[in-house]
Amino acid sequence: MGPEDRRQKPWYGEGLPYLRVGPLPGHLIVIEGTDGVGRSTQIELLRPWLELEGHAVSNTGWTRSPLLADTINEAKAGHELTVTTFSLLYAADFADRLEHQILPALHAGSIVLADRYMYTAFARNRVMGADPAWTRQVFGFALVPDLVLYLEIDVEHLVPRVLEGKGMDYWESGMHLALGTDIFDSFVRYQRRLIAEYNALGREFGFVTIDARRPVDAIQSDLRTHVAMYLASARRRRRPQPEKALGRSRA
Amino acid sequence: MISIARSASLSQPHPYPGRLITVEGIDGSGKSTQLLLLDRWLTSRGYPVRFTEWNSSRLVRRAMKRGKKKDLLTPTTFSLLHAVDFADRLTYQIVPPLKAGMIVLADRYVYTAFSRDVARGVHPAWVRSVYSFAPRPDLALYFRVPIEVSLDRLLAGRTKLKYHEAGMDVGLSTDPVDSFRMFQSRVLEIYDQLAEEFGLRVVDATADIPSQQKIVRRLVRDTLRRYEGKRATGSADGA
Repeated sequence: MGPEDRRQKPWYGEGLPYLRVGPLPGHLIVIEGTDGVGRSTQIELLRPWLELEGHAVSNTGWTRSPLLADTINEAKAGHELTVTTFSLLYAADFADRLEHQILPALHAGSIVLADRYMYTAFARNRVMGADPAWTRQVFGFALVPDLVLYLEIDVEHLVPRVLEGKGMDYWESGMHLALGTDIFDSFVRYQRRLIAEYNALGREFGFVTIDARRPVDAIQSDLRTHVAMYLASARRRRRPQPEKALGRSRA
Repeated sequence: MISIARSASLSQPHPYPGRLITVEGIDGSGKSTQLLLLDRWLTSRGYPVRFTEWNSSRLVRRAMKRGKKKDLLTPTTFSLLHAVDFADRLTYQIVPPLKAGMIVLADRYVYTAFSRDVARGVHPAWVRSVYSFAPRPDLALYFRVPIEVSLDRLLAGRTKLKYHEAGMDVGLSTDPVDSFRMFQSRVLEIYDQLAEEFGLRVVDATADIPSQQKIVRRLVRDTLRRYEGKRATGSADGA
């Protein structure tokens, strides 16, 4: 590994005050985008490429925490969830993965590829009707990612992709919001709103937007270009300045 | 999907016809005993009473159990799981009876999170914002007791302190009793600040049980002064 980045990565809000998180030499790269846009396919392709480039890579995905994955799946199978409990369960899942997967991997100098991040909660909660200010406060413990790659698509291109893939599912169609009795109509309405939220978040948080209406290879090629550009600029930042280099200890 | 009414918040009185009475205090303060006696008293006088307890919803029971058993919980996930429990009980057990004009008795409320989770290290502003959807109680009682008294009471009933009750997860000491002293002292200190910040009514929990109950009933009587939800079948007594 090259020289360490001595800068602290910023927290989104209050952070985790009980942890003494030192400099994190790894890189937190987030892939965002709506359901069925092809995030996991792209991450599967990014990983071996990064490994060939010599980087250790760690994956983490939404609702995949050992602590809560079962609880969330079970709760979704029933009908007892409210917007608030739903949001808090996702926040707990995220916190679990942040502390047990993301931070240790960043500490060890790995590249963390996160399939979705807090922005998914921001978008979904808002569409579900939760107070957006509240959602953001709840995620105040999150680490700000180094790079957010946003796979942007429109509903017209999303529909055939989802139907050719695993099909329209209850939650991804927003059926819980009673937007329509027909799953197709509900999907279109829900995803249109969700995509509009993602687009707004992209502008607010400076996502790198990738046109995801194109074939897999074209998207992957763009993703690699942006990741490579980010890594090159991170390397430049880490190159010690001559006067600072004198003070660098072995540690 | 169900949403929690946005009209509720900790900073202003709730809009419901019912009454919300909560008890707080460290483990061994005797708050649950006092709440039970209050429940008996109110019920005997014909009041419609519902009881709800911290960390009792089915929704997160398994995750909480697994997290505690395998020591997977961090201060943040511990706090968020309790918030899920609270939000779930608020939706199903607290708000409906309040809307129906009943009296809800809550054994521990958001102030438990504000003290315990902050003692574990989460940011005070963060945990307040997480619970910002909670309705303000009409009466929030705080049973204040010194650490040694609560320790005596807890150890009299059983041989061992529970892992999280003793704050063992915080890593202050490997000895459960020492850990309890250190952790609960922090909690106590924060409770005292919360009493001021949120106007909790302090009850001296070192006094004997009947004298405490007398104070509790007096405070509750005041809270119910303009309450109109009493059942017609109740005993005749203008409280």
